[in-house]
This record gives sequence, structure tokens and C-alpha cells, in this order.
Amino acid sequence: MLDGDTVFNSRLLTELTLSFHIIYATIGVGVPLMIMIAQWVGIKKNDEHYILLARRWARGFVITVAVGVVTGTAIGLQLSLLWPKFMELAGNVIALPLFMEVFAFFFEAIFLGIYLYTWDRFEDQRKHLALLIPVAIGAGLSAVFITMVNSFMNAPQGFDLVNGELINVNPFLAMFTPAMPTKVSHVVATAFMTAAFLLASIAAFKLVRGSNHAYHKKALFMTMKIGLIFSIATALIGDFSGKYLAEYQPEKLAAAEWHFDTSEQAPLLMYGILDGEEVKYALEIPFALSILAHGDPSAEVIGLDQFPEDETPPMAVHYLFDIMVTIGVWMILLSLVYWVGTKRKWAFINTKPFLWLLALGGPLSIIAIEAGWWMAELGRQPWILRGIMRTSEAATSSSHVDTMLLLFAGIYLILGIGTVVVLRRMFKKNPVEKELMEKGGEET
Amino acid sequence: MSLEILGIMVLWTFLFGYVIVASIDFGAGFFNAYSELTGKQHILTKIIQRYLSPVWEVTNVFLVFFFVGIVGFFPKTAFYYGTTLLVPVSIAILLLAVRGSYYAFETYGTKGHKGYALMYGLTGLVLPASLSIVLTISEGGFVSMTEGKPVLDYWALFTSPLTWSIVVLSIIAVLYISSVFLTWYASKAKDTKATDLMRKYALIWALPTIITACGIIYELSFHNQEHFDRIIDLWWMFGLSFLLFIGTVWLIWKRKNYGLAFGLLVGQFAFAFFGYGLSHYPYLLYPHLTIYDSFTNEAMAISLVVAFVLGLALLLPSLYLLMRLFLFNKDYVKGSQKNKA
Repeated sequence: MLDGDTVFNSRLLTELTLSFHIIYATIGVGVPLMIMIAQWVGIKKNDEHYILLARRWARGFVITVAVGVVTGTAIGLQLSLLWPKFMELAGNVIALPLFMEVFAFFFEAIFLGIYLYTWDRFEDQRKHLALLIPVAIGAGLSAVFITMVNSFMNAPQGFDLVNGELINVNPFLAMFTPAMPTKVSHVVATAFMTAAFLLASIAAFKLVRGSNHAYHKKALFMTMKIGLIFSIATALIGDFSGKYLAEYQPEKLAAAEWHFDTSEQAPLLMYGILDGEEVKYALEIPFALSILAHGDPSAEVIGLDQFPEDETPPMAVHYLFDIMVTIGVWMILLSLVYWVGTKRKWAFINTKPFLWLLALGGPLSIIAIEAGWWMAELGRQPWILRGIMRTSEAATSSSHVDTMLLLFAGIYLILGIGTVVVLRRMFKKNPVEKELMEKGGEET
Repeated sequence: MSLEILGIMVLWTFLFGYVIVASIDFGAGFFNAYSELTGKQHILTKIIQRYLSPVWEVTNVFLVFFFVGIVGFFPKTAFYYGTTLLVPVSIAILLLAVRGSYYAFETYGTKGHKGYALMYGLTGLVLPASLSIVLTISEGGFVSMTEGKPVLDYWALFTSPLTWSIVVLSIIAVLYISSVFLTWYASKAKDTKATDLMRKYALIWALPTIITACGIIYELSFHNQEHFDRIIDLWWMFGLSFLLFIGTVWLIWKRKNYGLAFGLLVGQFAFAFFGYGLSHYPYLLYPHLTIYDSFTNEAMAISLVVAFVLGLALLLPSLYLLMRLFLFNKDYVKGSQKNKA
């Protein structure tokens, strides 16, 4: 049906599922914390606005969780369906965090069900809030465990391969790879950051559309503040990720930076295009790559010349790196300006153009997440398990991947549209003003 | 008990849990849609929605647990089943995706949309059919090894009477399990009309369940003699299962103690399911794969078991809380509490 071989189609299908799932997964990890903070602030300040914020977020959150669950099930099964050889090996070495992820999610699912159906059931609101803690912990741990598996793919350890036989398997070493600390913290921090900016987008959009309600202003200020904190954290962790890559996956860093020749005092290239091995129109930041890689402006950074050609990732990862970093830095600046501006009462932060920028922040953060994951996955090629198993060796031998690719593309399209339609309808039919009136008769 | 046996017991138990909770869920969806079509939705919909709403997510996790667990304990299954099941399992994923998300769309989003309800009901019947294909394939005869790689013979699979009898059983069992449970649930909610209707469905689907189950054992005698012989060796398990079946039907017929009736039904299916599992031993896929030659290394097996015990210590109290708050909470079951977000 489609051109291309099974390996290529398997990669496309995996990429498609992951790209779609990661949107929902990010929301799933990040939003519970936001709901918790809003409800907590609401209880502490005895402010109905924040409580309602938590309640409305929770209501929308369920829709995204549902799609997250089914796409998560899809990727879980597709790993075995599309990469049977890889999963056979992975099952032997890295099955433990996969297994624990299911428990974490189970835990989360149970308490989410309880939390959703026990609003107003408790005299003391704090008891209800307490039910959200396992949801947030479960969601966070799911991300931690799954990212551990991805870290293992980047820096496999905890076993020996002797004549094709797996020996000396140590599941704990496999979980705690050198890639783990930076990867896990990066994923969790960006999930919080993206969730905050997404919710900020909604509030900003309402304000752009002419609402002047304190509810949206409070929501915007709170989420932008949280977003600022986590975007700064993300940048710091990103710096550590650079140092990890330089040490353990230098080819990935070199490809992302178009750093062809091993050299000292290496500059960081941003943007630009590639013509053969010649970089054009790039912005060069002197010494920055050496600093990113080793924290020392004169340090030597390994270039692509140290690797055989069939073991280097595609050069396009540079663009993905640029997108990710640019958006990340932009969001720090934007939220910082907004925060300082609010404190100092700068007038322009309430103007429509600026609010538009805030409203775009959420979608941009999602794009950054996508770019980051594509970079992580493409940057590991040609390996599925770096240095041990090539992606092409791991793929299925089944001949129906192309058809499945089309089927899944169709279903994701339907689910994506469905999510947007249902969420819009849900909140349009039940606007904030109306709900506040019903709750306490407060004027709008 | 060896680690291999322990591993497969744990997984088989979770799969059994999935069979029961998913059957309730699948069947409930079907009865809900059916009542929409026949204009009886006022009788059933509320009861069904009230049961499904807080638990639907939990149902799915049982399945995920099983397939993640089997790759962990028996990594070679990823190679054999992963390669051969691409099409049937992908279809099952698609159905689960439609079902899960549209359920949430309808429950939390747009209420009372007929299309969602129908979709939910229809997928509930197709899903058990597509999932049960895996059991058929495990009986062997449909997978051959070509150049060291397993290949599924679709033609043989779809023309085999065994395939279709398992498909039919899976659908009928779903309807039977679900109707017995909902009879009990409706009677707890003191909803006489719904109870009577579900009781009627339960009685309708009782006999076909037993007939198709016996049919499968008969089919198996032609398809997989070895497995059939082992089933006959374990005749007492299937005999006990049958006695429990009689008990359930009798209680429902006499309108007595629906809770016990459902308990007996779980027992009936437990004996049949574990009897089937035991007789399948040691094969995971006839004749290519046994639990012994596919087992993971000892270090991984022990850590999985430890993780499992710790996880269970966390989950069982939480599940108990969920059940106490919703399934066994009188006010909630009767619908006198409205605490939705």
C-alpha cells in the first residue's frame, strides 16, 4: 500500500503513536500538580475561584486521560508488535520499570476515579485534596519509570552479551543508567512546564477574547508563575543533559550541533542550513558548545569524525534541537517579563498582542516537547539499543505494517478532533460565569 | 513452586481478573446500546452508567498488566506473539481506543449522544472476539516457522471451526457474566424493573454459554489432541465449574440471593479458566514455546515478583477503597449522591 519497507513503516508508526501519545502523556503528568496547587490555594485563601479552577481543570483532564490511556495501551503493545526482537531482549533486562509503571498507573487510575466522584462529599475540603496526592504521585512515577526504559535504550547497561547470550543481568543497574537522571528530570520538569503554559494559554485566550473576569486573571498569573519556575528548571537540567551526552553519547550531541571535527574551544551553532559538510547562515556562539558539554570554555568536544558513517544519526536533529531550545528560552523570557510586569504593573502586559503571545505559549511548549522527543529518538539512530542492537534488526517481519499505519493514523485523527470538539463543547455549554453564579451567587 | 509457575500463575490470575471485569464492562455497553435501540434505555442506562463511570479506567489496566507482565516474565513471547499478532492485536487496540475515548467523551462531555452509546455497545462485542483470537492461535497449527521467523497463516485461522467457536463463546460469555452481575447490581440499587430485565437476559444467555463451552472442548479434540487429553485428565475442575453454573442459574431462576449467584459465577469461570490454563501447561504456544524455554533470567524474575508483591500491597487497599466508595456504597449505588467534578 505504501512505499518503503517494513522497518521504515514500523518506525513511522511508532513515531506517530509516540508523537500523539506524548501530548496526552505530558498533560497527564503535569496537570494533576496544577489542579493540586489550585485547590490548595483555594482552600488556603478560601477563594471560590481557585476551587472552581481546580474543578474545571479536573473535568477537562479526564478527557485527556482517557485518550492518554488508550494511546498508552497502543504504544505499550506496539513495542512488542513492531519491535519483537528488541522487546525480547528488553524484557530480559528492563522489564522491571515497565512493570512498575503499570502499578503506578493503576494507582493513579483508582484515585482519579475516586477524586472525580467525591467532590463535595467531604466536609473538610482538604480530605478531598488528599485524594489527589496519589494521582499526582502515580502520574509522576509513570513518567519516571517509562523514561527509565528510554534511558536504558540510550545508555544500555546491567547485562553482558556473550556469544549472543544474555548473562549477568542486573535489573537495577539497567534502571539506573547514566542517562537516567537527566532524562527523567527533563521529562518531568517539561511536563510541569508545558501543563502550566497550556493552562495559561486558556486563561490568556479568554482575556484576549474580551473577558475581564478575575477568575481568568488569577489562573493566568498562577500558571505563568509555575511555568516560569519549571522552564528555568528545564534549562538547568538541559545543561546537565548536554554534559551527559558529551560523556556517553557524543555522536548525538555532535549531530545536534553539526560538530564535525573534534576540537577544543568549540562554538555552539544555532540555526543555519547544511550544505554537504559546510554550515551556512548559522549563528555562532563562541565557546558555548565546550561549556555545554564540559562546563569549560576550552574543553575538547568530540566530533562526528570519531564515528563510522553508519553509526551517526541524521543531521536533521540539529533543527529539532534548535526548535526545542528556542522555544524553551522564549518561554523563560516571556514568563519572566509577564511576572515582573505584573509585579511592577507594566501596562503592556495586559494588551492584546502580549496576551496573544501568552496564549501561544501552550501550543509552542507542545511543539518543543515533540521536537525534543524526535531529537532524542532520531539522535539515537541507527540504534534502538545504543551500540548493541540496530533498529533495523529489531523490527517485525510481518508484512502488514503499512496497513496498520494507515489505520492508526485514521484513529489518531479522529481522537484528536474528538478531544478538541468535546473539550470545547464541555466548557462552552458551562461557562465560568454561570458556574460561579450557581455556586455562590457572586456577580460576574 | 518454581519461578516459572509462579510467574504464569500471577499473570493468569490477572488475565482472569480482566476477563471478569472486562466482560461486565463489554456486556454493560452492549445492553446499554441495545436498550437505546429498543426504547428501554430509561430502565437500564442509569444503572449501567453509575457502575461504569468510576471503574472504566481500572478495567483497562488489568489488560495492560497482563501484556507487560508476560513480556517481563516470558520475554520470548514478545518475539513469537509480537510478530504474529500484529494485525489482530492492532485491531483490538483500535477498538479499545474508540471505546475508551468515546466512553469518556460521552460521560464527561456530551451526554446522551446515541452514536457514542451504539459505538460503545458494538465494540463491546467485537473486542472479546478479536482478543480471544490470541487463545486460538496459542493452540498451535496456525503459526509456522519460516527462516527462523514465526508466520501466521490467516487462511487456516479464519477457516478453522475452533476459531469461530472460541469467538462465539467469548461473546456469549460476555453477555452472560455481565447480565448476572448487573442483575445483582440493579437489585442492590432496589431498581426492580432493571433487575427483572437483567435477570431475563441472564437466563437467556446461561444455556448457550455452557453449550458453546462444551463445543470448544469437542473442537479441540480434533485440533490439538494433546491439549484435549489434558483437559479430560482435569475433568473434575470442569465438573465443579458446571456445578457452580447450575447453582448460579438456580439462584437467579428462584430470584434468590443475586450476590451469591454472581459469586458462584466467578467460581464457575475461575475453575474453567484455570482448568484451561493448567491443561495448556507447559505450552505458551503449541508446539513452539513453553513457559520454561521462554522464561526470563532469575534476577529479573525475582525482582518482578518482589515488585509485584509490593505493588499489590499498595493496590489492594486502594481497590478496596474504590469498591467501598462506589460498588458497595448504598447511597452511591442508588444514585442519591451527586459528587461529580
